Amino acid sequence: MLQLEGLTRRFGANTAVDGVSLSVPAGQMVGVIGRSGAGKSTLLRMVNRLTEPSSGRVIHDGTEVTALRGQELRDWRTDCAMIFQQFNLVQRLDVLTNVLVGRLNHRRGFGATLGTLFKRFSAAERAMALSALARFDLAEQALQRADTLSGGQQQRVAIARALMQQPKLILADEPIASLDPRNAQVVMEALRDVNRRDGITVLCNLHHLETARHYCDRIVAMQKGRVMFDGTPAALTAARIRDIYGVSEDEFDTAPEMTAPALTPAREAALPA
Amino acid sequence: MSATTIEPALLARGEAAFQAQRRQRRRATLTGLAILALCLWAAGWISEFYPSSLAAGLPRVGEYFYKLLPSLRWDALFSGADTEGSIAFWFYRLDDWAWLLLQTSQMAALATLAGAAVALLLAFPAARNIAPTRTINVLMRRGLEAMRTVPEIVYALIFVWAFGVGPLAGILAIFLHTAGALGKLFSEVVENADLRPWEGLRASGANWAQACRYAILPQVAPNLISYGLLRFEINVRGASVIGFVGAGGIGQELNLVIASNYYEEISAIVVLIILTVFAIDYVSEKLRHRVIGAAEGH
Repeated sequence: MLQLEGLTRRFGANTAVDGVSLSVPAGQMVGVIGRSGAGKSTLLRMVNRLTEPSSGRVIHDGTEVTALRGQELRDWRTDCAMIFQQFNLVQRLDVLTNVLVGRLNHRRGFGATLGTLFKRFSAAERAMALSALARFDLAEQALQRADTLSGGQQQRVAIARALMQQPKLILADEPIASLDPRNAQVVMEALRDVNRRDGITVLCNLHHLETARHYCDRIVAMQKGRVMFDGTPAALTAARIRDIYGVSEDEFDTAPEMTAPALTPAREAALPA
Repeated sequence: MSATTIEPALLARGEAAFQAQRRQRRRATLTGLAILALCLWAAGWISEFYPSSLAAGLPRVGEYFYKLLPSLRWDALFSGADTEGSIAFWFYRLDDWAWLLLQTSQMAALATLAGAAVALLLAFPAARNIAPTRTINVLMRRGLEAMRTVPEIVYALIFVWAFGVGPLAGILAIFLHTAGALGKLFSEVVENADLRPWEGLRASGANWAQACRYAILPQVAPNLISYGLLRFEINVRGASVIGFVGAGGIGQELNLVIASNYYEEISAIVVLIILTVFAIDYVSEKLRHRVIGAAEGH
């Protein structure tokens, strides 16, 4: 069970996320929707602690995530894998190594950690990585450089890397915003499959309502940093959409999307609220 | 909207704005040039760069070079070392000098390798974008600065005093300066790296060193190798001069013959140094392209 309590993040005068409280039971697939600058990205990044909250708490199974430091924080990050809009693979490394880096934090002790710096992975780990790749139809590409792959393939490599972490939850920050419709579908199916078959909780930022309705058990709608709706896809009617966003569902989906990868707090802060 | 609907007033305003901007840019350029000229004049005056001294000294440069010329004779050019006027006579100590040159280049190689290794380790904490804490970052940057602002020759003087005359002092001096200079360059390369992989690694629970190794190093490696080899070329030249203060290599010999006014030996050694540097430049250039090509490959 993941609990967010009054989670807030301010960038200067701008409040990106404003007192968000949510509770997500294990195994749920949650779609977080909202337009550009609604605070979805910042919310997810705070759960992984890539962005520090200004106030509020994140609690997972009784552990206060927002208080973790050092090795405990790294362990938490391993438990909640992150998928990015821009895939965030190491372009110059081969696909297999990109997947194997998901194991880095599973080594304990100075000697073992030192070993990881020289690409020392065990045969068992390589087998694990290959089967993760095979699951997403990428076993043939294992020794290719990541930058030779298409966007859809790269995102599936990123999901395979996430699985190598053996996480309890996966945070997907706009996983399909940089993909064409066909690849978007493949990637969403992969996330759905990971959620169903492995029982991993998935929190997924999306800006297409239809995608969220189709794949998620629950939808959280955000506007200006606040949660405006939290419920089943069926409960999010066209009338509710108009209430929250002041536009029809069609307009919501076709609104020009500012594709900001939100790399740094500075860039996020630059976005209009 | 078609072009015919644009109003003449709008065009006139656009043209006026364009002209105003161009006038302003021209003024800025002219002001800049004037300031530059003033600075150059002041620099020349302060550093006593007088055209009259230059004119008086130039002929003497030619005179020195004339003195350096070996007295070669056509008929004896390819005779043995015993015949005056032959090339062999000019380079009569070629075996000693070749050994000293080899020693010089090995000093440079050792110092470059060790310096690059230290620079590689220090460059990551010295890079602003990924430094673990601000304090460590500032300490590293100041440390690298201190290492590279002291000239090699000053280090060499200190080490000759401490370790005695010989190549060890030269190697240490070049090593320290190289670590500082390369550390700065390397950290700048790291600062230009794409941070998306870094976020990917950190978000998966990798520690700082692991993220450096997997997210940054593959991106920057070709650039670092290129800078390292370039530094090797610079260090070969540096190692030839550093011997002047007794820090080993061909420089020590060169200093001796210059001080003793053995003009033909000076030119012989200078020719040998130039040939060596040419050869190393050539080989290192080839090597750099091949290594970078290979590093790009995976």
